[in-house]
Amino acid sequence: MALALVRALMGPTIYDRLLAANMFGTKTVLFLSIVAFLYGRPDFLDLALVYALINFIGVIAVLEFIRERVDHDTAEKSAGE
Amino acid sequence: MTMAIDILSWLMLTAGGVFVFIGGVGALRMPNLYTRMHAASLTDTMGAVLVLGGIMLQAGATLATIKLAAILLFLLLTSPTASNALASAAILSGLQPDEGPIKRGAKVE
Repeated sequence: MALALVRALMGPTIYDRLLAANMFGTKTVLFLSIVAFLYGRPDFLDLALVYALINFIGVIAVLEFIRERVDHDTAEKSAGE
Repeated sequence: MTMAIDILSWLMLTAGGVFVFIGGVGALRMPNLYTRMHAASLTDTMGAVLVLGGIMLQAGATLATIKLAAILLFLLLTSPTASNALASAAILSGLQPDEGPIKRGAKVE
């Protein structure tokens, strides 16, 4: 998890940060499952399930936002020329 | 019998942890976004399957196993989708993958 965090902090492009965020979410899901098993609290598994769904939706939403911004930028550039 | 299941599940958990660690190292050290994505997908597939499978073996036939199977199903469905969207967005924004063999390796000779 620390390695993914380092990549998220120093990633050269925004996509590196996004990839690291996605990987961090997956690792969090695995970590929550292991914690639920080690502490004998099966209700933590619901948290892991919700985390997996929210992580996916968040990544898709941010990607859609960035893509719209890129389209906007290229449109502005071609209009300026 | 319980002993065999215990040993198997701990083997799976350890292997899953190793795969997650390799994925983290790869995502940190690979030279390129697309190769980094390849390393990160290792975490999503082998790591998740092995770790969740190991916990499933420990949990036995309970509700927890069904929940773990649901988590595994969602992870296996969503992580390729997210990777695909990420790669296509990166390509659309003009981030080109390197072509040919890596030049750093050629310099060593």
